[in-house]
Amino acid sequence: MDTNSANSNLKSEDYFINMGPQHPATHGVLRLLLTIDGEIIKKVEPDLGYIHRSIEKMCERDSYQQIVHLTDRMDYLSSHINNEAVCLTVENALQLEVSDRVKVIRTIIGELTRIASHCLWWGVMGMDVGALTTYFYGFRDREMINDIFEETCGARLTMNYNIPGGLIFDIHPNFVKRTKDFIAHFKTKLPEYDRLLTGNVIFQKRMKGVGILSKEDAISFGASGPVGRGSGYSCDVRKHHPYSAYKNVTFKESLKAEGDSLARYEVRIQEMWESMSIIEQLIDNIPEGAIKETTNAVIKLPKGEFYQKVETARGELGVYVISTGTKNPYRLKFRSPGFSNLSLLNHIAVGGKIGDLVASMATLDLVIPDIDR
Amino acid sequence: MNISLNITETITDLLVGFMPEGVAKIGAMVVIALIYLAIFAVAGLYLVLLERKVAAWFQLRIGPNRVGYWGLLQTMADALKLVSKELTGTEKADKFLYNLAPYFVIISSLMALSVFPFTQGFQAFDINIGVFFLIAISSIGVIGILLGGYASNNKFALIGAMRSGVQTISYELSVSLSLVTMVLITGSLQLSEIVEVQKSGWLILQGHVPAVIAFVIYMIAGTAETNRAPFDMVEAESELGAGFHTEYSGMKFAYFFLAEFINMFIIAAIATTVFFGAWLSPFGITESIPWLGVFWFLGKTFVLVFLMMWFRWTFPRLRVDQLLTLEWKYLLPLNLLNIVLMALIVWLELTIQF
Repeated sequence: MDTNSANSNLKSEDYFINMGPQHPATHGVLRLLLTIDGEIIKKVEPDLGYIHRSIEKMCERDSYQQIVHLTDRMDYLSSHINNEAVCLTVENALQLEVSDRVKVIRTIIGELTRIASHCLWWGVMGMDVGALTTYFYGFRDREMINDIFEETCGARLTMNYNIPGGLIFDIHPNFVKRTKDFIAHFKTKLPEYDRLLTGNVIFQKRMKGVGILSKEDAISFGASGPVGRGSGYSCDVRKHHPYSAYKNVTFKESLKAEGDSLARYEVRIQEMWESMSIIEQLIDNIPEGAIKETTNAVIKLPKGEFYQKVETARGELGVYVISTGTKNPYRLKFRSPGFSNLSLLNHIAVGGKIGDLVASMATLDLVIPDIDR
Repeated sequence: MNISLNITETITDLLVGFMPEGVAKIGAMVVIALIYLAIFAVAGLYLVLLERKVAAWFQLRIGPNRVGYWGLLQTMADALKLVSKELTGTEKADKFLYNLAPYFVIISSLMALSVFPFTQGFQAFDINIGVFFLIAISSIGVIGILLGGYASNNKFALIGAMRSGVQTISYELSVSLSLVTMVLITGSLQLSEIVEVQKSGWLILQGHVPAVIAFVIYMIAGTAETNRAPFDMVEAESELGAGFHTEYSGMKFAYFFLAEFINMFIIAAIATTVFFGAWLSPFGITESIPWLGVFWFLGKTFVLVFLMMWFRWTFPRLRVDQLLTLEWKYLLPLNLLNIVLMALIVWLELTIQF
């Protein structure tokens, strides 16, 4: 018997493992069905639905003011921006112009939310590649932002600060000072992030040239946010379709052409610098004005279809409303950034090692409730 | 002159007073084993506490500080909890191998402890192949990890076990060869002899350039040997959950856990013995009080242990293929060159003697 026929008698199967729904790397209840050959990934199949709460269906039951609260529970790390998306949709449909004060405050808090979200992502990113200390550094700075939020609106995570027509309260008297203090603090701490993790030779080796996503693929998978921009796809909604006060500020859209994990990582670090610059441009001259416009107690949108997109910390969040003129939407669809970004995981992970899968997945910055809704 | 058998002889002499000689010898062995078990347990528990404290210092935290002063009883409480926990396991595990695995790990680290010269005379047995014995015995541990991962019938555990096998076999070479480099100076494998040689200067000073290279290689490979970050492929938390010990609970898990910390201590203790003069004090300042040697030995060891903890809490983890590239393409060739360099230095008598 020659060796070839001996080998053909051996039964060979793919090694199949379940990563999740309870797994440290999936940051929530995402289940990945992995087909592997030794350490090499052959196929990644995400299985969703473990935290599905029918948010879109519940929206059809609720009034527009109530829908705002549901969006907190989607991408909980950028809850303020999610709220803003719904409020902007309603305001556009009603052709309600909010005051400049509201626009500026929404933008400042939105950018603080982005920094907070990226801080958390950075901490968890480090943990996924095995550097456990980053987690605490990221959380230290995020905590300061949460304190600012708590003082102004009473909530730390699920903000509900936006309402259709404006904001629920005015900002706290300490808000400006504390935000400035935070910016001063974070300007000294962000270089520390680079010293601890970015410059590390092991980290560079783990990230460079891993999980490559070309610009064409990024567009065809519908990637948005830092994932798309890491592949050189200019997709910043704040730049292309400015809303709130983004028209009045100058900022650079951070783009990287490499498309690997390191590019996505650097885009987010760059975004934190840009967010700080946006806040600095606005914080000193918050215009005076009404904090909310009066709306009817029961908001009824005119008959028709309305769409508004915003840039959350993870990418493009679209809100699509079909209204029949009643107090509830006939259908409300969220285009969540996480869902599209997850869809390309198989594309970037196949052929890599298990470690690469975890590192690439961390750079997608997935929040599972945003995907499942 | 064989001063280092003091502890064994003292206990045997004590026992001979009231029992036949043969029984006394066996009795002495049992007593010494118990002493080392006690050292093992206490050292293991307090290394865990130290690790938690060090991690806290790196991570802007305070660390355990509720159970006992400065959290000193925290790990005792944890150990009690682990002892009282139910032993669960998988239904379809290979029961015999599954139960056997923790003992391989624990026995290998316990046996390695016995040869260290904690101070003049405080050495359970001083064999003439000391360094060789340490290398051999510390590699038994990997059998336990392989068996544990293989027998527990868990896919993540199996990947962890296979990674462990590939990692330990590779880095074993670097550990051994860097120690062999130092043995070229001492000309003996016996640990007491190695200490004796260092009375005219610690080996890292005697061997200067190649010794420093050997030390760096040893620390890298030693960290990999103990499966600690940045080489913690085996239980890479974000990749494999708990890795090879996923299916172990209670005391069996505690064996793996304690063994990891004892192995860290052993790696640091070998480095102390071979590179930093074991219990010898700097410039011989406490030469006249031999029992102070214990403090010097432990002090040097804890500096190295702290170094390994520092690695763990700052570095990200390597990938499996990068781990093997580092060993086979960089460390091993460098190590072989280093041996030649050391041989030349010893041959040309260029070592520094004080």
